[in-house]
Amino acid sequence: MLQSYFKLAVKVLLRRKFFTFISLFAVSATLLVLLVAAAMLDGVFGPRAPEIRSDRTLGAYLMSMSGPDRTRTAFPGFAFLDQQARNLPGVERMTVFSVPSSVASYPDGRKVSSFLKRTDGDYWKVLDFTFLEGGPYSAEDDVSGNSVAVINATTRRRFFGEASALGKTLEADGQSFRVVGVVPDVPFVRVAPFADIWVPIGTARTSGFRHDLVGEYMALFLASDRSALPGIRAAFQERLRNTPLPDPKMYDTLHGGADSLFDSAARILLTDRFEDSRPERLRALLLGLAVAFMLLPALNLANINLSRILERSSEIGVRKAFGASARTLVGQFLVENVVLTLVGAALGLVFAAATLAAINRSGLIPYAQFTVSLRVFAWAVGMALFFGILSGVLPAWRMSRMHAVQALRGSSL
Amino acid sequence: MSSMIYLQDVTKVYRTERIETVALENVNLDIAAGEFVSIMGPSGCGKSTLLNLIGLLDAPSSGTVSIAGHTLDSRLDGRRGRSDSELARLRNQSIGFVFQQFHLIGDLSVVDNVEVPLLYRRLGGRERRLRALAALERVGLQSRAQHYPGQLSGGQQQRAAIARAMVGNPRLLLADEPTGNLDSAMGDEIMGILESLNRDETTIVMVTHDPRMAERTHRTVRMFDGRQVH
Repeated sequence: MLQSYFKLAVKVLLRRKFFTFISLFAVSATLLVLLVAAAMLDGVFGPRAPEIRSDRTLGAYLMSMSGPDRTRTAFPGFAFLDQQARNLPGVERMTVFSVPSSVASYPDGRKVSSFLKRTDGDYWKVLDFTFLEGGPYSAEDDVSGNSVAVINATTRRRFFGEASALGKTLEADGQSFRVVGVVPDVPFVRVAPFADIWVPIGTARTSGFRHDLVGEYMALFLASDRSALPGIRAAFQERLRNTPLPDPKMYDTLHGGADSLFDSAARILLTDRFEDSRPERLRALLLGLAVAFMLLPALNLANINLSRILERSSEIGVRKAFGASARTLVGQFLVENVVLTLVGAALGLVFAAATLAAINRSGLIPYAQFTVSLRVFAWAVGMALFFGILSGVLPAWRMSRMHAVQALRGSSL
Repeated sequence: MSSMIYLQDVTKVYRTERIETVALENVNLDIAAGEFVSIMGPSGCGKSTLLNLIGLLDAPSSGTVSIAGHTLDSRLDGRRGRSDSELARLRNQSIGFVFQQFHLIGDLSVVDNVEVPLLYRRLGGRERRLRALAALERVGLQSRAQHYPGQLSGGQQQRAAIARAMVGNPRLLLADEPTGNLDSAMGDEIMGILESLNRDETTIVMVTHDPRMAERTHRTVRMFDGRQVH
């Protein structure tokens, strides 16, 4: 039966090419926008190398200090992470690293701007970078303040052309570093792994940051397994509560959390002082936006479908006469509409892939690598099915309610 | 001989907010299995309404309709819930329809059109196709199986419609002016096929304006102003 519906659906689409074009345009344009948005969200939050263990990784990305009169929002400080957040139960390994800062270099008299990140040695063990050359620096390099660096492929090209960079020296932020490793470019939107140049924290020229409760650092916590995550979150909150504050009259509470990146985004976007993370609300909000965005074109398509049905009253009458129940007819029409939306989704996918490739090439977002991944593809199919049902269910219901005798006479719904 | 169709005191009234139109009034009809009955009468006399009630496409306002041993009355409204599925199944299993306008689906090939009633039965695609081709062979249209209705003459389209009506081996075939849109030669051809089906024990009720066609049936029911004349 499905095969018959499918054949008919294709023929109906081919019969009225203009209607079909309008319908496909509406579906593919809607899904193009949603797919690009989904691919970008996936590019920011989805698991991908070098964050391949994101299912058991939490991060401390943002914090706030609040008092009776004021609130200060910033990245966590090195002192808090190093002195208060270490040795959380269930954490297999922890890394502390700075927010990337923009630094200038002048190789051969040219100005090269790069993002430099200072990390500890465990950074390379929590994240799973693939090394194109050499390897990471170690915890000893960090403790000793050895001037070594890992750079990405683009930085290697900018400084050293196509030659090997290992053992060579580059100047950044007024310091010299010996290159010990080269890794592939990581997209700008990946908060934890992104940088052009990575150097040990111990090479920092000042030590003031070592006393900051909030500042310019972040941390990742790699749990021994997923079941340890709730315990780590709770222990982190306890550490926040028990952290002594230097001037309680000004600031008396620390807010923040050990979160997944998405949970952290929910904490940042949906609460004033990061006191609570409501990822389910952010998911509902995103889904609500997607549905709202689909609603208008879906209603348009439903309208087009209704006028198409009027042309098919004879067919509906015949099918009813020969044994199609109202439910069967609803099923048939929904299949037809889903076929249309899946064709639209396929077009939307192609357009989305081209748009994402253009965004990646444009350089607007450094090292952007947005792609239509399997997750995004599955999301696209889900959205198309939802769209197809949303725009098909009302016309299908109206069609199924047509009286067989009136339908055979060709009268209206 | 057992009754295939039994109508008792059947009345059909169409109501709008202002007007009440009596389409059928106290119709009593008993048609035995294997009969070939024609219904005649002037336009608007209720012939098609009667055929729609017999075909379970409409429900009586009052009275009882019994088709192939299944009794329905005015309470059973095809627009509601479970009864819609029941009526659909009954139509699918027991009744075939032939319309004056053929009502073939233009987007489907002839053989796909003939398969339509079988889509609502639990049959595999191959079985459906074999039965549809056999039905087309019976009406002499097997060579046109892959054509589309628009490529056929009126007579051929009606033969395809008859193949569709008989593909599910219904015990009852209802034909609403099957020769009304055809010239006399093609009308005779269609009538020949219907007679052949009747010889194979299919009960046939045919609405017609053509006395020549009515003469070829076992008996004629005459209608006037919604009433059975004799």
